[in-house]
Amino acid sequence: MSTKAFQRTYTRLQAITKATVSLDAKGVSNDELASVGGRLAQVVKTSGDRVTLQVFAGTEGIPTNAEVSFFGAPPTLKVSDQLAGRFFNAYGDPIDGGPEVEGEEREAGGPSVNPYKRRQPSELIPTGIAGIDLNNTLVSGQKIPFFADPDQPYNQVMADVALRADVDKIILGGMGLTNDDYLFFRHEFESAGALDRIVSFVNTTEEPPVERLLIPDMALTAAEYFAVDKNEKVLVLLTDMTLYADALSIVSNRMDQIPSKDSMPGSLYSDLAKIYEKAVQLPDGGSITIIAVTTLNDGDITHAIPDNTGYITEGQLFLRADTDTGTVIVDPFRSLSRLKQLVQGKKTREDHSQVMNAGVRLYADAQNAKTKLQNGFDLSDYDLRCLDYAKDYARELLSIDVNITINEMLDTAWRLFAKYFTPAETGIKQALVDKYWKG
Amino acid sequence: MATTGTVTGIVSNLVTVKVDGPVGENELCHINLGGTMLLAEVIKVTGDKASVQVFETTRGLRNGDTVTFLGRMLEASLGPGLLSGIYDGLQNDLTTMEGVFLKRGEYTDPLNHEKLWDFTPLASPQDTVKAGDWLGEVMEGWLPHKIMVPFSFSGEYKVKSVAAAGSYNIDTVVATLTDAEGIDHDVTMVQKWPVKVAVRGYKEKPRPTKLMETGVRIIDTFNPIAEGGTGFIPGPFGCGKTVLQHAIAKQGEADIVVMAACGERANEVVEIFTEYPELVDPHTGRKLMERTVIICNTSNMPVAAREASVYTAMTICEYYRAMGYRCLLLADSTSRWAQALREMSNRMEELPGQDAFPVDLSAIISNFYSRAGQVILNNGKTGAVTFIGTVSPAGGNLKEPVTESTKKAARCFYALEQNRADQKRYPAVNPVESYSKYLEYPEIQQYLESTIERGWVAKVLEAKNYVRRGKEMAEQINILGDDGVPMSYHEAFWKSELIDFAFLQQDAFDAIDAVCPIERQKFMLDLILGICARDFRFDDYEKCREYFKEMINILRQMNYSPFESQAFESYLNSLNKHLSDHVN
Repeated sequence: MSTKAFQRTYTRLQAITKATVSLDAKGVSNDELASVGGRLAQVVKTSGDRVTLQVFAGTEGIPTNAEVSFFGAPPTLKVSDQLAGRFFNAYGDPIDGGPEVEGEEREAGGPSVNPYKRRQPSELIPTGIAGIDLNNTLVSGQKIPFFADPDQPYNQVMADVALRADVDKIILGGMGLTNDDYLFFRHEFESAGALDRIVSFVNTTEEPPVERLLIPDMALTAAEYFAVDKNEKVLVLLTDMTLYADALSIVSNRMDQIPSKDSMPGSLYSDLAKIYEKAVQLPDGGSITIIAVTTLNDGDITHAIPDNTGYITEGQLFLRADTDTGTVIVDPFRSLSRLKQLVQGKKTREDHSQVMNAGVRLYADAQNAKTKLQNGFDLSDYDLRCLDYAKDYARELLSIDVNITINEMLDTAWRLFAKYFTPAETGIKQALVDKYWKG
Repeated sequence: MATTGTVTGIVSNLVTVKVDGPVGENELCHINLGGTMLLAEVIKVTGDKASVQVFETTRGLRNGDTVTFLGRMLEASLGPGLLSGIYDGLQNDLTTMEGVFLKRGEYTDPLNHEKLWDFTPLASPQDTVKAGDWLGEVMEGWLPHKIMVPFSFSGEYKVKSVAAAGSYNIDTVVATLTDAEGIDHDVTMVQKWPVKVAVRGYKEKPRPTKLMETGVRIIDTFNPIAEGGTGFIPGPFGCGKTVLQHAIAKQGEADIVVMAACGERANEVVEIFTEYPELVDPHTGRKLMERTVIICNTSNMPVAAREASVYTAMTICEYYRAMGYRCLLLADSTSRWAQALREMSNRMEELPGQDAFPVDLSAIISNFYSRAGQVILNNGKTGAVTFIGTVSPAGGNLKEPVTESTKKAARCFYALEQNRADQKRYPAVNPVESYSKYLEYPEIQQYLESTIERGWVAKVLEAKNYVRRGKEMAEQINILGDDGVPMSYHEAFWKSELIDFAFLQQDAFDAIDAVCPIERQKFMLDLILGICARDFRFDDYEKCREYFKEMINILRQMNYSPFESQAFESYLNSLNKHLSDHVN
């Protein structure tokens, strides 16, 4: 962020909290950037001459006579093809030792796409993971988070998905990444030889939490450049949105706002929606697909962050450890892709949706049988078959280690049905049973 | 001289304005941001300070920027050409906007002022008329669109003149009315109405008397909604709220459907305007889009306009109701609207109520629901606005302010349940917790008995009872084990499963099963109750389970087959064979 000749400078702060400072200043515009004692800040409130700024790097060590200068513009990012292959911090400054990016300066967090100009998402994004492709098929233009406890390998799964997906650009927005995870992503991208189609904006745990608030806007501004200007298929990875929301609550708390559920700001829904709704299928072929991570506390999806997220996103992919098979699976009950019916049976085989439903229903029966078993009751023959089926189903289809085509997934499911059940027990339409049953 | 002012404070989209003259509550104003006019609404006045909520992002706004007050509230433009429209929450036409991105301060007219409509007069000079009376009509596609005495006219008027039959644009004066003082008033085809005020202009609002068929079995049979009735669908995310609402929108027996996408996903709106022009209304054979109006304020669009969107949608419904049509309003989701109220209340530093919502939330919600209803117009014809809202309770917990407030206001309750959704039992409406108060209305009971069959209500209650008993039995079986309970428990449990799988569950994505007309619902209910009335007396619960599973499978195949088709009949035969094969 360079300084400009005509900027106004002030040196008297009236109030300082851990994340904000207030001072008297004139002619300040809402959302504009400023420098407070050399740190980047943004106007969040004005009342008369009193201006409140959120200081991204935190206010530690800021004295009341710190120099404040206003830039007169909201956050921007220089966009061009030079972004590809580069790593940036939350402010859009290079952190890979490379040169500054030349390009058009674009406002970050800009306007929304007119809903009428959107197109219905219809392109399948295959990932090879049956828990996703078979049960929760992804579609370009979709927004979907992984819900996972912190001990789940969500970043690895996300990297796998990104590298297998057939997209033109991958944009990584890392918020509160541990240095290890940051290096992991870097290594994965480099070793896949995919660096030239990846742009990364990274805020690590070593950096101040409030800086994270800039990451999604930066990542999505870059994404919009490639999707809108270049008509490219862009996949945006945002990890970890829980840490983003935590940063929101810090700022709102310092501004004395009344918290709503789980001490989150009342505007959490709108704040998250503004980010996720950038996912879009554009009329000229470009698209932005967002895959995010929302870490959970002990699987609790009723917490305000996953709860609001679930209402915004088009489904969620729920990772959990399966004790029966000892693998991490995509939970078929809690996971959902809301756009799956746009491609299932249309871009995939006709039996897709019925096979998916039957597979999950039988897996549910197995869970009931398991409860019965745990309560010490005798199991029926059907219960026992369900339990055996569930083990195979988890190992061969739900596990995140699976990497096969969708037709192979469907064939596997039919094989398991035939191995353990009668056609009537699966409840699948007769016409499909006649055609695909592997009896 | 219009009141003006200057901006003195900004927090997000709440702006404080110092004013130099009178301002009204809910009055609109324009804030001049470097030549771009941002629309805003007054929500509070203290001395010479007005708090206004801006319907756009306030990025770049400065203290000292000028404000002009407009002397009117937020109004809807009502006239021919609304049908098939796609509007934002402030009724800007989204289809006529330039560019891929929404531009701040770009406001487009909801109606086409050039287009000519074929006008036919309905009133004659010397007629005495009141607000809402029909003066003429134009054909809006398939729909005879009445040109009415504007709702804002109070008292009685005499018709001085009415335009002759001919083609006019909406701004043409089509009638001149003389009021009691002898002053003439010109009437065009377009009128404005403040969206937050309920439209009157009807004689009375009786209790609902008819069923509004949706083709969804768990609604029509189990918890029917009345024409002019109210209902709501609360449920955690991922339980099929949107799918159920879209099913009602596609299949609901209404002349006009207004969908208010309030703070929800843009892709859901895209689905509507992509698919509706192709999909056929099962009741009329016309394209669905021809009866649909979309009001769309998706979650990334400005928060303040979210609140406006539901009011705009309701006003459009009330307008068509005054022409004698049956309108269906679907709002997804009223929780987002409540959250918009919460955000503003929060920024104004009002003392919060429960969960930081404003304390008058309950009053606002019930006031809105009360605008639905069946009405008798001045000319004796009837019209109706049926309203179904969805609620997105935080954490799926129904004990939260929006759900509780809505429960007091709405007459039908369709509780979506996580557990049912997990088991893919869709629609995931809990058959025991959900209710329709209309089932207790003598008028509705009489209607059902006379249009479906005598004794229908008793049958529905009987079916509900089987489901309730089955649930109790399931709990007993879970506690005591399969062997620990009498065989009759298993039989009762499986009868409820039979009703659940073969009747309550419905595949919204199957072309045949998605829509189940009431005659077919009656047939299936009779068939299933007939099975439930039997005393099977199995000697082994394993056999009971297998026997019922087989029946469920046959009944589901019937649901997937066209009604009374060959396939349907052959499944019916195998069901009967299956039943006669069983010996006690």
